[in-house]
Amino acid sequence: MAERTAPVVSMDAITKTFPGVRALDAVRLDLHAGEVTALVGENGAGKSTTVKILTGIYRPDGGTIRIDGEPVTFDSVNAASDAGITAIHQETVLFDELSVAENIFIGHAPRTPLGFIDRAEMQREAAKLLQSIGAPFDPRTRLKDLGIANRHLVAIARALSVDARVVIMDEPTAALSQKEITELYELIETLKSQGKAILFISHKFDEIFRIADRYTVFRDGAFVGDGRIDDINEDDLVRMMVGRSIDHIFPERNSTATEEVLQVTGYNHPTEFADINFKLKRGEILGFYGLVGAGRSEFMQSLIGITKPSKGVCKINGKIRVIRSPADAVSNGIVYVPEDRGKQGAIIGLPIFQNVTLPSISRTSRNGFLRLAEEFALAREYTSRLDLRAASLDQDVGNLSGGNQQKVVIAKWLATKPQVIILDEPTKGIDIGSKAAVHEFMAELAAEGLSVIMVSSEIPEVIGMSDRAIVMRDGRIVAELEDDDLTPETLVRHAAGISTEPQLERA
Amino acid sequence: MILRIIPVREFILAAAIFLLLLLISTRHAAFISPSNLANVFNDTAPLMILALGQMVVILTRCIDLSVAANLALTGMVVAMLNVAVPGLPIPLIVMIAISLGAIMGAFNGILVWKLAIPPIVVTLGTMTIFRGIIFLISDGKWINAHEMSESFTAFPRAEIIGLPVLSWVAVVAVAVFGLMMSRTPLGRSIFAVGGNPHAAVYTGINVGKVQFLAFVLSGALAGLTGYLWVARYAVAYVDIAGGFELEVVAACVIGGISIAGGVGTVAGAVLGALFLGVVKNALPVVDISPFWQLAISGSAILIAVAFNARAGKTRGRIILKSAEHTS
Amino acid sequence: MTDTAAQPRHIPDRLHGSLHRTLRSWEALLLLVAVAIFILNSFASPYFLNAWNLSDATFNFTEKAMIAFAMALLIISGEIDLSVASTIALTSTAMGLALQYGAGTPELVVVGLTVGLLCGAFNAVFVTILGLPSIVVTIGTMSLFRGISYIILGDGAFRGYPDSFSWFGQGYVWWVITVEMVLFAIIAIIYGILLHKTNFGRAVYAIGNNSTGALFSGIRVQRVKFMLFLLTGLMSGVAAICLTSRLGSTRPSIAQGMELEVVTMVVLGGVNILGGSGSIPGVVIAAFVMGLVTFGLGLLNVPGIVMSIFIGLLLIGVIAIPRIVAMIANKRSRP
Repeated sequence: MAERTAPVVSMDAITKTFPGVRALDAVRLDLHAGEVTALVGENGAGKSTTVKILTGIYRPDGGTIRIDGEPVTFDSVNAASDAGITAIHQETVLFDELSVAENIFIGHAPRTPLGFIDRAEMQREAAKLLQSIGAPFDPRTRLKDLGIANRHLVAIARALSVDARVVIMDEPTAALSQKEITELYELIETLKSQGKAILFISHKFDEIFRIADRYTVFRDGAFVGDGRIDDINEDDLVRMMVGRSIDHIFPERNSTATEEVLQVTGYNHPTEFADINFKLKRGEILGFYGLVGAGRSEFMQSLIGITKPSKGVCKINGKIRVIRSPADAVSNGIVYVPEDRGKQGAIIGLPIFQNVTLPSISRTSRNGFLRLAEEFALAREYTSRLDLRAASLDQDVGNLSGGNQQKVVIAKWLATKPQVIILDEPTKGIDIGSKAAVHEFMAELAAEGLSVIMVSSEIPEVIGMSDRAIVMRDGRIVAELEDDDLTPETLVRHAAGISTEPQLERA
Repeated sequence: MILRIIPVREFILAAAIFLLLLLISTRHAAFISPSNLANVFNDTAPLMILALGQMVVILTRCIDLSVAANLALTGMVVAMLNVAVPGLPIPLIVMIAISLGAIMGAFNGILVWKLAIPPIVVTLGTMTIFRGIIFLISDGKWINAHEMSESFTAFPRAEIIGLPVLSWVAVVAVAVFGLMMSRTPLGRSIFAVGGNPHAAVYTGINVGKVQFLAFVLSGALAGLTGYLWVARYAVAYVDIAGGFELEVVAACVIGGISIAGGVGTVAGAVLGALFLGVVKNALPVVDISPFWQLAISGSAILIAVAFNARAGKTRGRIILKSAEHTS
Repeated sequence: MTDTAAQPRHIPDRLHGSLHRTLRSWEALLLLVAVAIFILNSFASPYFLNAWNLSDATFNFTEKAMIAFAMALLIISGEIDLSVASTIALTSTAMGLALQYGAGTPELVVVGLTVGLLCGAFNAVFVTILGLPSIVVTIGTMSLFRGISYIILGDGAFRGYPDSFSWFGQGYVWWVITVEMVLFAIIAIIYGILLHKTNFGRAVYAIGNNSTGALFSGIRVQRVKFMLFLLTGLMSGVAAICLTSRLGSTRPSIAQGMELEVVTMVVLGGVNILGGSGSIPGVVIAAFVMGLVTFGLGLLNVPGIVMSIFIGLLLIGVIAIPRIVAMIANKRSRP
């Protein structure tokens, strides 16, 4: 593919290996002055690793990074920022206890001749930066007093506070409202006109086509292709990204669910959700769609007794059940596979078999005493059903890949023989192979009569797997869609709160 | 603006100390005379100085249990030096004390930084090691007032503008640390490391190195206090300041410094120390047996930690638009 | 992902036999240290290999070890209790008070166990119900419990415990076998079974490795932690009975600084101070190591305070040396 301008930054044959995982395999990436390059790829494709290499957090095992054609090595975060590369990270990397100005300038604050931080100067500069991006708050505000969207503006201001030539935006719109996203686009246009090279990472295709000038696609840590965004359409980009057309991933299934298993009425929480009402039938897969932060996980966690709802009734098989703790939920046949696998799902540090038997320990034990043979048998039964790949059942679950960890967590919950299983972003961050396996398995479970609630932010997954989908926005249910109404357009419109007039951009 | 300088938590603690003083004055008016208050301040100075160092360490999510042992060892070394070379000038002795303390702090810090051994284990170990070394070098003997030189013991008691040097050292330490925490990159890094170590890495801060520096600072202050302590009481032996490390931690906790790191102020540490100092000095005055002191400081720790946890409870994510008041 | 392909579909239960795992364990290394110290001691002093001397020597670890077993569970679960020595002081004081009101040996034991339990419950309420960090809470109760003893006793002491009460700390069951040794052994076995063979023990490990994950897995995390604080308080009560009985008197300074020795014993026994791993056999061996070091140095007329240098070095060394070795090995393999 011919390039008109010489790239500002070019990564060539960059390789990065972690124990057991080759995160990047000889990838290349070019960034051009005054242009937005979208880095496209599924979770686990190596995007975040690329960002961390460009910002000096990781050092590559092989390959070269060039700036204006000169090879450079970043042996620290400061080296990368000195070279004019700055990033707005996916995770909020800010400090609650410090002021906005301090957050913006930590690491490179203006100094007085005596070497102290020049606070007045810092606040002036910060105010200038904040004004330039339209942030409506004082630089002296403590960060902890700001909401999510405003924190994001601080992160952007921080990125702009170094005289950057390259700005990396890692999923910058994930937590923003529609209005804030529009403002972000304007900001990106300004940066472009200043001649900055922008690396834009996003899962949202409409954004990519709206804002990017170029694209680069990674798949499973390898370079797949790049080019100008005008020369490609959405379908081709998806195909490059997943390596096959998305229609074929999902298993065929037909549900004839009738019997009601779970009925939730009037669930409310003071700050997180309100008026949640729905029914779940035996053998049904019910999708819960919404943007990140719509309150889906918060509601699910109250359903299993982690947080307490202020009002609401939960009926299981027609009987009212009060669930005060996850232990209550398990004994009532409701289990929850959390999104945050590392923190809430797997017990890293315990072997696979102990992870699997943890909630069912009363079944494998006798009078409170462990019986290892029974534990191994139970663990074997469910892990082999899920086609787990591991060296032994005694292996620490932390040494498994994301996909296999997820299988262990799902096996753990199936071993309790539940009636309802809630899967929160079940395929987030796992490789394509495991993803298809999880989908097939979900279909299998539903066919066996298990009721599945699937919280997902991936539209193809919601459409491909669900019999019915509920859309949440700002803590409330805004739509319940099924059959012909369940389309990418309706999902997006309800989730984003766009008027019901069809916007036929995505066709 | 005033509220920004003295946050609410510190204000409440200051008010509590003030009320305490008022209460004491009803029983014994002389307690709040300027000269007595100066005495109380002077008496609390060592605790205040050590609390500053401990604060820095706790802010970076560590803990330093070896400060009292460090103090005792440095005190013994400078006392022995003074016996051996009575003519050694005081500034040199102060320098030696600070350096020696800093070296011991650096030893803690290097184990935490380079070997990633949990701070509580490291300082538990060095605490017993330092105490043991005192015994080895002193053979378990005391060094008494008559063995020390006049200038050695006179220094902390010398008065400048009505206050003894010991008090002035505390004042200067508070000023220096106040400036350091608010106006230097190191100070801000200390908050950043404790507040969000993960994010600190992204901003180019070396977390281990900042923790190391925190231990060095804490050690240096312990060393300085070691000389002042030994000179003031004119005696050095193995067990001086035994258990004082817990009083130092208590001062920090009462002062609102979160053991989870990242939250706390110089003012808090100072007020925490002053609170304990006032209680300690007031008990005999108001006819309460000094044996009450330990229980009172224990209760104060519990009340302070419960109160601070309540005040600092992290708000959940506000999703419902109707529930959104601010931001 | 290395573990996705090219592996047999059948996953074995374990890769290595139990012998292999035992030999590579921390406990094996520690046992080696214990044996080495034992041999060194027997060469260093002719008085070492004497049954009565050895029996006497056990007193310097049996009481601490009783608490260490409960503390091990608490630390594995990710919490800590620094108030154990102060609990001993308060418990002993309570027994002394009971004595003043004419309590006999059975009543003294009941008072000791109850007050120990109450102290544990007090910590538990602050940590599990109010959700406060245990290190701060128990630093607070450490002052509070001992402080109450000081309020009650001042610089006085309780004396005159009945003769039958001295059985716990001074009695012999058979030949050189002391009552405390038997208690130590029984408690070690109970805690070994509790931690390694029961559902409760499994929950302790799960909580220590990932308390959020354990909560999501249906474990009643706070209830388990509450129990652990109760157990630690109870063991402090047992230790208080033994110690008071052995000393024959109660002063508020009783067992001063013991909490640090208990924690040292637990960490030396291979329990991760950050929680999640450790074993009772490890703590048992660590108790012997500390006992042997103290006793051996004592025979060589090394004063107690100097012994503490060895204990301190041991504590840091056993953790630091493997890490230094690993660091050097890493540097070698990557030129």
